[in-house]
Amino acid sequence: MSGVPATVGSVSDDAVLVQADGLVKRFGDFEAVRGVDVKVRRGEAFGFLGPNGAGKSSTMRMIACTSPRTAGELRVLGLDPDRHGPRIRGRLGVVPQQDNLDNELTVRQNLQVYGRYFGLSRHQVRARATELLEFAQLSDRADDQVEPLSGGMKRRLTIARSLVNEPELLLLDEPTTGLDPQARHLLWDKLFRLKQQGVTLIVTTHYMDEAEQLCDRLVVMDGGRIVAEGSPAALIAEHSSREVLELRFPIDQQHHHVPLVEDLAERVEVLPDRLLLYATNGEAVLAAATRRGMRPTSSLVRRATLEDVFLRLTGRTLVD
Amino acid sequence: MRPVLLVLEHFWTWYRRNWRATVVSTVLLPLMFLGAMGFGLGSRITPGPATDGLPYVVYLAPAMLVAAAVQVATAESSFPVLGSLKWDRRYYAITSTPVTVDQLLMAQALWVALRVLISGLAYIAVAALFGAFTNAGVLLAVPVSVLAGMAFGSWILALAASVNDEGVTFGNVFRFVLVPMTLFAGTYYPISQLPAWSRPLAWITPLWHGNELARAVEFGGMGALAAVGHVVYLVVLTAGGLLVARQRFHARLKV
Repeated sequence: MSGVPATVGSVSDDAVLVQADGLVKRFGDFEAVRGVDVKVRRGEAFGFLGPNGAGKSSTMRMIACTSPRTAGELRVLGLDPDRHGPRIRGRLGVVPQQDNLDNELTVRQNLQVYGRYFGLSRHQVRARATELLEFAQLSDRADDQVEPLSGGMKRRLTIARSLVNEPELLLLDEPTTGLDPQARHLLWDKLFRLKQQGVTLIVTTHYMDEAEQLCDRLVVMDGGRIVAEGSPAALIAEHSSREVLELRFPIDQQHHHVPLVEDLAERVEVLPDRLLLYATNGEAVLAAATRRGMRPTSSLVRRATLEDVFLRLTGRTLVD
Repeated sequence: MRPVLLVLEHFWTWYRRNWRATVVSTVLLPLMFLGAMGFGLGSRITPGPATDGLPYVVYLAPAMLVAAAVQVATAESSFPVLGSLKWDRRYYAITSTPVTVDQLLMAQALWVALRVLISGLAYIAVAALFGAFTNAGVLLAVPVSVLAGMAFGSWILALAASVNDEGVTFGNVFRFVLVPMTLFAGTYYPISQLPAWSRPLAWITPLWHGNELARAVEFGGMGALAAVGHVVYLVVLTAGGLLVARQRFHARLKV
């Protein structure tokens, strides 16, 4: 067995693309990121979930090597962003929250100009642009100016542009915010294909369905800190019940019914028009509530989702 | 240096598509001024001490080059820079690539200088056709105009990276600094015509130093020491503006 372990350490280190320990970002007196620890491995799709202002984008900019960290340790692709920013950025793809395309250039020029920044020759960027136009389904708009394109098209172009250097790690800051459902599904489809090709993805989002669709593993951030970590399924198992029973009532009558059902569920949440009962078996709880004489206007048993976890962890829980 | 050239290539790609829209303000406008003031108004002006004994259009032509340079540098350093930070945010896209903030600023400043140079050469070519110049020494006025343009433009770069409005600040700078400077810094007449108390105000403007140098390279009559003094002043002003701009670019882009 001699000689086997020698390289194991370095191989497994190499597989960690992002490692943050106690990462902090301060803007004057405001601490946007307050000690974040994350580790992202090669091939993973990793998510930062959290409400607006949770510190997701600040964390992403530090990983993208465009924002220096205030404190803590950070390694991206095994290198220190403070010392090797340009080298790291050369191997990253970045999709920012707001599109930053060159609106007065053509779709194709946007791809070519950025390809050049990554050391591609003019010949190479032409070939790469054609490939990416295909990928982003923008070939028929290739020589149109960017300005009049739809939001979905611009977003696809931004993503295509971020791939021009065939990045090892793709950073997507709220990739589908503001898009219609068709455009979102098309984008998810594209991202899923990238993931299958082995591109490591880091995504921030406040859409739970997006996180469930894309992420193998995620952290929930709130107020600059990580408040939970795990796979979507594990987070649901840990922070929610398996099922949720939703009981609808005429507006503002729901809270009269809380005492009647409180003991039936692990947790009851009161919304303006309904009660959410968190339980392992929603049907059983519904049957028990009905035996006690409860008559909601409608009822629904569903599986718990990340949204339930999210609301629980980041606030709005009224009854616990 | 290569990243700087790539940013210039990026800007050039934009210019190749959009240069037509820039011709009016950068080349035609100064030529219109030269026509109206130099040939039109100048036809009523007898050469005398106030025109260094020259026909008025000849007296005006090299200074008009410098005034236009300062205006082009201002235009190129203001809205396009604010837009790259605030509207299309392309600076953020560029600095997400291996290009650093310093390289981006250097490229942006060189681009402004290049635009001033292109406009200046176009102006010289057309004005020469109309016989506005007396000798080829005026070609030296082109680098002078670029330097004077940058001595003002570098501060506008710093300003553009400091404001976050929709251009109100620029409007005020154009109205209260650029236009008075163009009118009172010795472009149309020597500043000896100004009240004595106001001359120091002209002395601090880069335009006055540029005007003096531009006339000197065409008409002569300036001592070496004075020439060096003007150049040093413009270089120091440019360097100061770029240093402030550098600090502002970092503050704005590395957040």
